Amino acid sequence: MKAWNTWERVLLALLMLLLVVFGSTQTGFMSVDTLADSTFNFSEKGLLALAIALLIVCGEIDLSIAAILALCSLAMGYTMRAGLGPWAIGLAALATGVVAGAVNGVLVTRYKLPSIVVTIGTLSLYRGLALVALGDQSISGYPEVFSTLGNAYLGEVIGVKWLVVPIEFVLLCVAAVGVGLVLHRTTLGRRIYAIGANPVAARFSGIEADRYRFALFVFAGLMAAVAAILLTGRIGSTRPNIAMGWELDAITMVILGGVAIEGGRGSIVGTMLAVLLLGLFTFGMGMANVTGIVMSMVIGVLLIVSMVLPKMLKNRGAHA
Amino acid sequence: MKSLLHIRREWLLLAIIAVIALAVGARAPVFLTLRNGMDIANDSAILAILVMGQMVVLLTRGIDLSVASNLALTGMVCALIGKAFPGVSIVVLIALAVAVGALLGSINGWLITGFNLPPIVVTLGTLSAYRGAIFVASKGAWISDQDIHDSIKGLPREVWLGLPALVWFAIVVLVASSVFLKLRKEGREIYALGGNPHAATYVGIPMQRRLRLVYTLSGALAGLAGLLWVGRYSIAYTELAAGFELTVVAACVIGGVSIGGGVGTVLGAGLGVLFIGVVNGALPVIQVSPFWQQAISGAVILISVAVNARSERRAGRQILERQGAAA
Amino acid sequence: MSEQVLLALSGVHKSYGATRALRGVDLELHAGEVLALVGENGAGKSTLVKMLTGVVPMDEGAITLQGKPQRFANAQASQAAGILAVHQETVMFEELSVAENIFVGRHLMRGPFIDWASMNAQSQTVLENIGARFTATTLVKDLSLAERHLVEIARALSQQALVVILDEPTAALSQAEIRDFYGIVRKLRDQGVGIIFITHKFDEIFAVADRYLVLRDGAAVGSGRIADATEQELVRLMAGREIDQIYPHIDSVPGAEVMAVKNLSHPTEFNNIHFNLRRGEILGFYGLVGAGRSEAMLAIMGLNPQASGDITVMGQKLNATRPGDAIAAGIAYVPEERQRQGGILSFSVQDNISLAGLSRFANGPWLSALKESELCKRMTERLRIKTASPHTLLSGLSGGNQQKVVIAKWLGLDPKIVILDEPTKGIDVGAKQAVYHLIADMVKEGLSVILVSSELPEVMNLAHRVIVMRHGLQVAEFAREGVHAETIVAAASGLDGSGEHAHAAAPSIATPHLAGAAA
Repeated sequence: MKAWNTWERVLLALLMLLLVVFGSTQTGFMSVDTLADSTFNFSEKGLLALAIALLIVCGEIDLSIAAILALCSLAMGYTMRAGLGPWAIGLAALATGVVAGAVNGVLVTRYKLPSIVVTIGTLSLYRGLALVALGDQSISGYPEVFSTLGNAYLGEVIGVKWLVVPIEFVLLCVAAVGVGLVLHRTTLGRRIYAIGANPVAARFSGIEADRYRFALFVFAGLMAAVAAILLTGRIGSTRPNIAMGWELDAITMVILGGVAIEGGRGSIVGTMLAVLLLGLFTFGMGMANVTGIVMSMVIGVLLIVSMVLPKMLKNRGAHA
Repeated sequence: MKSLLHIRREWLLLAIIAVIALAVGARAPVFLTLRNGMDIANDSAILAILVMGQMVVLLTRGIDLSVASNLALTGMVCALIGKAFPGVSIVVLIALAVAVGALLGSINGWLITGFNLPPIVVTLGTLSAYRGAIFVASKGAWISDQDIHDSIKGLPREVWLGLPALVWFAIVVLVASSVFLKLRKEGREIYALGGNPHAATYVGIPMQRRLRLVYTLSGALAGLAGLLWVGRYSIAYTELAAGFELTVVAACVIGGVSIGGGVGTVLGAGLGVLFIGVVNGALPVIQVSPFWQQAISGAVILISVAVNARSERRAGRQILERQGAAA
Repeated sequence: MSEQVLLALSGVHKSYGATRALRGVDLELHAGEVLALVGENGAGKSTLVKMLTGVVPMDEGAITLQGKPQRFANAQASQAAGILAVHQETVMFEELSVAENIFVGRHLMRGPFIDWASMNAQSQTVLENIGARFTATTLVKDLSLAERHLVEIARALSQQALVVILDEPTAALSQAEIRDFYGIVRKLRDQGVGIIFITHKFDEIFAVADRYLVLRDGAAVGSGRIADATEQELVRLMAGREIDQIYPHIDSVPGAEVMAVKNLSHPTEFNNIHFNLRRGEILGFYGLVGAGRSEAMLAIMGLNPQASGDITVMGQKLNATRPGDAIAAGIAYVPEERQRQGGILSFSVQDNISLAGLSRFANGPWLSALKESELCKRMTERLRIKTASPHTLLSGLSGGNQQKVVIAKWLGLDPKIVILDEPTKGIDVGAKQAVYHLIADMVKEGLSVILVSSELPEVMNLAHRVIVMRHGLQVAEFAREGVHAETIVAAASGLDGSGEHAHAAAPSIATPHLAGAAA
């Protein structure tokens, strides 16, 4: 499926517009340092959005992804408290993510339950478990390496002074390229589109839909784990409400990015443009001292407008 | 024959609730007192009102994720009005709450039907939009106890004929929903619409109008719930009831309302509310941290969806003639 | 039957793009009469029905009902005027009761509330009137297909329909149910309702209808009284040209065995299906709708997990638990519903064609636009698929071309065995011919074809052998030479009295209920 189409062009134009507007109204916005710093706010969310994009294209959804992140962070905390080193801590997060994602996968594929309800259930369950484990406490004191992962710039680490790109953002870009290649250039990606577009015809054509769905749920868990490692590293602690509500942000990014909620259509380029758009928008508003809530409101309105506009234009075109 | 299975499902849920109540009561007899029952009913009343609204939306194969934001926004609006106009009567405030809530709900309905947009995404958007509007309206300030209008605060504390006012509101809403869904044409058409949308248009059911109706109803009830919530907790602020929409959907699912539309009863949904109310009430009594509530909710949703799906699933076609079929 | 014309159509034209579905059709229906509307797949019967039920507008023409000209803007308008249709796929609300389905959209009210008592009572009366054996309060999901048809008829009666259109209503009914059904049709007719009865089955036409109208290629080619007609006459009118002009001559001689199926069974859908298939052979599978043929084919293809049986392909045992296994063994299945099961409407022609064998037309895990476009070009030429470009969406093609794309998807894999399930359903006559020639070419190249079809002429003219299924059982097998249409039809509908007894397996532990199936 094409990665670059009309909608992506619209998004790019909006992105340019945003840079112009914020660049002219907010002093210092367009500096390399500022832009680089802005990416901290949305790099982890971007990872979640990539996984959700694949799931929605395949005709499913995962509302529990942020809760999985919280569980992974919790696993990191326990591992650290148990005295184990950074590798173990990281592994604990990854393992938790894979298991949590697999639970979603099994419920959807083996028991044939609708993913929206399953993930509403696991969202409550996972978030609840985090709450039960921590109450209103938090865990901190993670090894230095995690803070580096979350906060440092690539240049610092590899010794190239001017490369002020955060490691997090680099990881996001690498993941985006990887996921993009898979979705748009491999047989696996084509089959994901097929399953989302017409699961019956896909099955009749010999595609093992359930296997792919299961894999994508596990992948979502994995992405949540990576995001957990980065986020926990960045803020330095684990709280039960870590990444609260991030699943909505991720879904908003994906829908804004042009992925159709009914499945079978969408592109990673669009998703990433939407990630940048929303991320920079949020950051710019933050610079202008607009509170988070108002930003959410604007994003909510944006989401609706982004769906209404194409329909209105299509109707206008039909009459003209 | 199969309708027996339906009723059986609701009996099953009732039985589970009874078992939990008895088990907890064995540990702590205070749980089985009338007083405690009233408390649970009081605590569940607002949820019950919201669940009725969500149920009619779910029946049409839709979903309304904006109810909590609607509730909070309408509550804030009423609180602000109450603060600015001390002379306003409670009746006016109730009417205002319902009207504002209905308006917010009708925006959902308009977007969904007017532009043929998926309900989940639209209500996700209005969830954020309405939540942000609270901040804008209140300029971020909380309205705390002393500024909440007396009649708003007073309403949930009233007791009429032995039952708390909140319970009365819930009863009225439950009865009205029951009548609407069983005895009104619009209610029956909603079941048909969700069960077989294609056939519904074929037989002349006005789809768009009915869809707009259910979202408006959901909004109106959310608005009413907002006023009651503000009155009960004597506070209004931006993050009020954040995340509550998931509890509302959970209660529906536990009560047997199908996400796929066309299936669900007031009785079932009501039992779903009762279940959550009993579990919530039980936790502090058996000294389990309230933090377990969410995890338990989640687990129960998964179990009830799995159970519902099992009973709804059709086996393959029955082509081979059954024994005794006339030749 | 009154002399008054109840419903008249004159000069009805309808085209879908370049395809002319109806060409100046005239029709007359009297009150209290059963008119059989006959024609092959693609003759225009369903288009005509859609016009009458207001679902699709006419391009040209006039409809008059009881002398008054009509213009139906939508389905409700035609229903309000008194025209009701009972389709093969019933239009029902499963979770609602029978009474509610009968009154849906026009509930009886008492004051502001629905009057359930009256609705239930009135429904019960109508149900008893047509001999239904279930109550008005039963939920539709608990009813069999035959019973659901009765509910639709009850709905028509309750709405005091003037015209009732029955579209292949007995396709999936048992003998007893069919007999009951004829009784109801006669009752309806005696009440003055005008009935348009669409059917394939000759025995039905002669059993129930008073007059007939034959459609062919979108035009009305003959009408008259049943009493004056013969079966040969109707067949001639339906087919039009000489048989050997439509159907290619199949001169390939079947060779060695390529597939052997033994004891293919399923708990509820079919039992003990057994046959051999030879190289270059066309094996027809005939039966009424719902006989279990598609289900059996799905089992061979690995799409029916509860089925079991012994299948050998080219000497190798095949244990197909997933479609991939069957595909690897060289079997291809072109499903019955091309839009739901066969192709992806939102994908391009090229992407559809490469879908089943994506790994073969790729470079390892990477898609290869080169290989895919080469495949698309090759198949488009071979099957003569009419499409503006390989990147046109499948939804933009005509039904016949969509079907060719689905077939192309499978042929591209070079299968040994191709199962075609109702391949000419809902496509126009020109496209049908193309499919027939394609089948002939396939067997000439050494492929084997299983042709599942409910169109008797198709099966009789193309297949080397015909296997007949009825109610999940294999009841007969005929070779092409010297068999009469009536024999095959009789076997399919159980009129020959043989069938279950002759071919049912000895009662096994798995199917004890069959022991009681003897008449």
